[in-house]
Order: sequence, then C-alpha cells, then structure tokens
Amino acid sequence: MAEENATPKPRQPADDNAFKRELVQLIPHLRAFARTLCGDPAAADDLAQDAMMKAWDARNSFQMGTNMKAWTFMILRNQFYSEKRRSWRQSQLDQEAAERTLVAVDDPEAPVALDELRQGLAMLPPEQREALILVGAGGFAYEEAAEICGCAVGTVKSRVSRARRALHAILDEGNYDRDGAAAGDAMRSILADAERLSTVR
Amino acid sequence: MIEQRPSEERRKSSAAMDEARLRQQAIGVRLRQMFDEVVNEQVPDEFLEILRRADSRSSEKG
Repeated sequence: MAEENATPKPRQPADDNAFKRELVQLIPHLRAFARTLCGDPAAADDLAQDAMMKAWDARNSFQMGTNMKAWTFMILRNQFYSEKRRSWRQSQLDQEAAERTLVAVDDPEAPVALDELRQGLAMLPPEQREALILVGAGGFAYEEAAEICGCAVGTVKSRVSRARRALHAILDEGNYDRDGAAAGDAMRSILADAERLSTVR
Repeated sequence: MIEQRPSEERRKSSAAMDEARLRQQAIGVRLRQMFDEVVNEQVPDEFLEILRRADSRSSEKG
C-alpha cells in the first residue's frame, strides 16, 4: 500500500474492531426487530443484513459509547420504510413462520396464543405495532423508541397504549370471548408457562 | 370506614380489572417471548461472513 496521506485519521483499526464487536452482539436483536417488521424470516434477514452493512458503512458517524442498539434499530427501520418492503402484511400471517414458532413453544395451549398474537399484531396500524414492539419487546425506553421512530415521546406513549388496548380487544374477541371463565385460567397458564420458560433460560 | 358495604359491584369491577391487568401482562410476556425467540436463534453464518468481507475490504483501502 502506498504512503498514508497526511490528513488526520480520525479512526483507528481498534475503533473499527470495537465497533464491529458491538455490532455483532446486536445482530440477534436486529434480526428480531426485522422479523417483526417483515414477518417472513428470509426477507427479515435480508433487511437485517442490509441494516448491518449500512451501520458498518456509517461507523464513522457513530459515537462509541452512545446507544448503538437504538442507532442500528433506527437504521433498520429507515431501511425498511425507504425500501417499502411490501412483505409485511401477508407475511405477518405467514403460516410457515407461525408454525415454526409453534413448535418451539412446547405447550399445547401456548401455540394458539402466540399465533393469535401474531395475527393481532398484524392487524394493528404499523406505527402502533412498531411502537409496541420497541417498548414492549425490544426493551427500549419511550425516549429511545421516539428517537428510533423519529417522533415525539408523547406520540410513542399514546401509540403504545393504543396498541395495547387494541391488541387486548382483538385477542379477547378472537379467543377468550368464547368462554369468559376460562380466560383467566388460560392467561394464568400462559404466565406460568412463560415463567417456567424464563427460569429455564 | 365503610366496611359494611361489601359492594358486589365493586368486587366485580376490581375482579374485572385484575383480569384485564392479567391479560395485558400475558400479552406483554408473549410479545417478549416472540421477540426473544428470534434473538435466541443462532445467527446465520452469512451475517458474519458479510461483515468479515466488508471489514477486509475497508482495511485494504486503508
């Protein structure tokens, strides 16, 4: 390689390595977020890979020590909307993906609930769904979710609460309305099951 | 205190509130489960492969 030119070099290879390490840690989360946007696992992985590469290419503009998870999620989300991936609607309901999930849960009662949750999520307006996912599953604070979505904190809060109410109503109507008495039991068993799963982990 | 107002009404509505809270909680748990399931999946080699290629490309460029 020829001589390095004289311009100051803002980044060292060590920076890149640190960035890369952190980015690699985030891949599972990027995949999960992409899956909630795309539904279809293959399309979701494409999206996550694109986002990962965008993040890598933009690494010079990232300040180490700040929230890289939120930053990469924002990149992924922008990528998703800018490409107007068309897959999410039908693929949220993608049967194959749903079945794969069902197998993993290992409880005869649970599959129904998960499947319904998927369907319920698919029925929400996209901005409510993403707000709920970020806050309810991604572990982001309202402020971070607002940054990721490029909107006000209050907007995120109201989207999340509307999403929760709507989802509750959808799920109620779908399954639990049939037998009011069983509803609480079903929920208790889901909670117990979740408790069991999380202690196993 | 109004202890002799057993208030069937109130008991019912608080039961309904418990129920609603329980459901919201269960939905929340499920939501996290759904997300975590993907998080816990093994990352396809492709991801690291792509990153590795990009990394060596950028270090070649200096």
